[in-house]
Amino acid sequence: MTTNTSPLLQMQNIKKDFFGNQVLTDINFTLGEGEVLGLCGENGAGKSTLMKILFGMDVIRETGGYGGDVLINGQKVEFNTPFDALKAGIGMVHQEFSLIPGFTATENILLNREPQKKNVVSEVFGERLNTLDYKEMDRRSAEAIEKMGVEIDSKMVISDMPVGHKQFTEIARELSKDQLKLLILDEPTAVLTEKEAEALLSSIRNMAAQGISVIFITHRLHEILAVCDKVVVMRDGYVVKDVPAAETSVEEITRWMVGRDVQSAAVSAGEVRSHEDAKTILSIKNLWVDMPGETVRNVSLDVKEGEILGIGGLAGQGKLGIPNGVMGLYEAGGRVEFDGKEIPLNNPRRCLDSSLAFVSEDRRGVGLLLDESLEWNIAFPAMQIQNKFLKNLLGGVIKWRDERAIHQVTQKYIDELQIKCTSSKQKAKELSGGNQQKVCLAKAFALEPKFLFVSEPTRGIDVGAKALVLDALKRFNRDSGVTVVMISSELEELRQTCDRIAIVSGGQVAGILPAAASSEEFGMLMISKVV
Amino acid sequence: MSNKKKDYNLNSPSKFTDEMKTIPPARRLTAQEKTQMSPLQAMVASYGLPRLLITGFLLVLFILTPFVDVDLVTQITNIINRFSWNAVLVLAMVPMIHSGCGLNFGLPLAIICGLLGSTLSIQFGFTGPLSFVAAVVIATPFAILLGGGYGLLLNRIKGGEMMIATYVGFSVMSFFCMMWLLLPYSAPTMVYGLSASGLRPTISLDGFYNQVLAGFLEIDFGEIAGKLGISLGALEKLVIPTGSLLVFVLLAFLMWAFLHTKTGTAMTAVGSNPTFARAAGINVDRTRMLSVIMSTWLGAIGILIYQQGFGFIQLYNAPNNLTMPTVAAILIGGASVNKASISNVIIGTILFQGIVTMTPTVMNSAIHMDMSEVIRIIVSQGMILYALTRKVKGSK
Repeated sequence: MTTNTSPLLQMQNIKKDFFGNQVLTDINFTLGEGEVLGLCGENGAGKSTLMKILFGMDVIRETGGYGGDVLINGQKVEFNTPFDALKAGIGMVHQEFSLIPGFTATENILLNREPQKKNVVSEVFGERLNTLDYKEMDRRSAEAIEKMGVEIDSKMVISDMPVGHKQFTEIARELSKDQLKLLILDEPTAVLTEKEAEALLSSIRNMAAQGISVIFITHRLHEILAVCDKVVVMRDGYVVKDVPAAETSVEEITRWMVGRDVQSAAVSAGEVRSHEDAKTILSIKNLWVDMPGETVRNVSLDVKEGEILGIGGLAGQGKLGIPNGVMGLYEAGGRVEFDGKEIPLNNPRRCLDSSLAFVSEDRRGVGLLLDESLEWNIAFPAMQIQNKFLKNLLGGVIKWRDERAIHQVTQKYIDELQIKCTSSKQKAKELSGGNQQKVCLAKAFALEPKFLFVSEPTRGIDVGAKALVLDALKRFNRDSGVTVVMISSELEELRQTCDRIAIVSGGQVAGILPAAASSEEFGMLMISKVV
Repeated sequence: MSNKKKDYNLNSPSKFTDEMKTIPPARRLTAQEKTQMSPLQAMVASYGLPRLLITGFLLVLFILTPFVDVDLVTQITNIINRFSWNAVLVLAMVPMIHSGCGLNFGLPLAIICGLLGSTLSIQFGFTGPLSFVAAVVIATPFAILLGGGYGLLLNRIKGGEMMIATYVGFSVMSFFCMMWLLLPYSAPTMVYGLSASGLRPTISLDGFYNQVLAGFLEIDFGEIAGKLGISLGALEKLVIPTGSLLVFVLLAFLMWAFLHTKTGTAMTAVGSNPTFARAAGINVDRTRMLSVIMSTWLGAIGILIYQQGFGFIQLYNAPNNLTMPTVAAILIGGASVNKASISNVIIGTILFQGIVTMTPTVMNSAIHMDMSEVIRIIVSQGMILYALTRKVKGSK
């Protein structure tokens, strides 16, 4: 095989597991010079992990490396750090900006790679005191911007720029590296307006025309069709489809992304119960929530008593904003009625008093007292809100913590949810992610609520713990008749657990389907209103 | 550069998940780590190296006493005495640490409330033990009012409490430097003799509440020996200010009890994770405010107890002289910026006051040079610096 005929990038049988949890299995694809490859898949399908492997991120090595080979121009390579990848001509633009706000575009583009001039001081004290060659810098940043085929002011300070220009600056930084052969764009259009996104797409075409290969990750499927030469669809760590973009359609990609075989859906359909006749326990009308990154624009939703309602949707579309808004953790507006009574928004206490409970997606930030014992974590909300686990002394004037009752309830949930810990006095921060999640659930269960919001209950926990957590939720719903609203990015999980699933897209409910509905239907809803 | 986020948390089993990234690289002692250490290391780790060093230093001072002709029993009496003066002030640190407001560098504010109580009590003509009761009663509304305002301020600058508190202390003290002169005090025991207005910097409490607590049930071994007609040897110099200690025990017990109630639990949770507390329906601002008021009130009572032991009211710049020693004492006791217990208060006050009393006498006799102030400053400021740079959990 000679270098000329082999494609720029080949991924061969890439495998990766995180502590026995298989996240990538036998990934194979190739990318030729000047080609644009669209990579799509649901959240958690393995896209980011794959890109991390390609880019030599530390996490990969620290978690035991990966299996399979990455070939660049037919040569097997192994990147131990992102710097190796940079040297090999791979550039990556991440979802979050990493720019210095007070510097101009030029300075950011050439940061730490500035052309330099010697001066008197640096002659004496060494290279670190060289002056920057601003003329040359301007020329090179202009060149990089030129490559994209867009116009941005290279003298403008980053903090003054619109989001789109920041994104272009990031890309220009990668392009200014002479050896750049392959550029990875991780959801670059997520923060852009339609017009900016179009400009970005055309600049991708421009780059491809100049021989730079691009891997383009996005949730906006029409963009993939517009700009990519081929599409690779991933699901659950497998490449399920690898086709030329010209031969496919948004519907098809959606089906590949979401769809499992139709049988599995049918199995879960057997369990699904219908609550159409049940009374509406929670009614949300015209809810808006100002939660950064998960803005809810206009949600109206009715939840029936006794059901498990799933809320799904792509990341950033607002599904997480719904429980956070209703529970008063982020500023919200609209009307929420629970059991016929209106609940005032922006007041966590009133929600909790009305027997609502919430398991937050942000375990460490909101969900746990990391420095305190499991006993405190589990008993605290019930103690504060419902005066449980308290002894009334002096006729109720003094509310004394009842350590024994707290110990008992904690022990009960440790047994019930199989929380792995050394004792109920262990600190919450010493537990693993899955066990922390169980503590969060126990905390909510201890409140004995009538209604429970569970947000991303399985995020970042391993398969075994996942099954336990979902099972505990189901049991809680069936045994205690508690209405559960579960928010998750993983559709398959929702379909296994829920009776109905609402899909949120663009901050609105795009539709509600029974769990047995086909994957295509869910997929179409997910992208129907994406903004 | 965009390309890496360093993940420090090497010993966590699921470090690839995003939620783990929020953990700072601070040292965490897990149960696992503890078993890997030798028993000695584990002991040092749980007791805390600085506390160990200071305990060691104090022990060395004790051992040195006979060799430099210093009387050990007198020294112990001194330490007990100074403990009884300072302990309540140190206790005043506890509520604010628990609610996450950090160390109360604004202690001068609390002390001013106490000073208002004591000066007004004398101004209104109270004498004897009653003047102490009156001072407590008068100081209380000031503590609630000023503490409330202080709490309001601290709620607006979450995250920077300690720095702001320091400046609150300075400015309130400076403001009252003017007030002590301008307020229409007229009691002849307090004002300048010639002008008959403006308070003197130091006011004697003789005839008011000097030793009012310390004298209550005081155990004076010398007196006992004299009455019984027996000789207790060196022990005869030992005097225990029972009343002051009892008041401290009472206040410390109330503090301990408070932390075991519903509201106290909420306060600890607010300090541990305010977002968690908010999600559990706690009014975070109100809880913090309560802690600041409690701190201020305890500080005000603390200075009154200090005065009755010391025998004088000190005005003007004096409040500031107590801040650093008090903060240092609770830190030496093993508290951290966000965790403190009653035992931290007791151990810290004994250690710190032990060093303060022992160093001048022992060191001066040993090296014939006044090193006491230097050592005191190194210990107290060094301790604060140490605690602020390492925001780790406290020890028991």
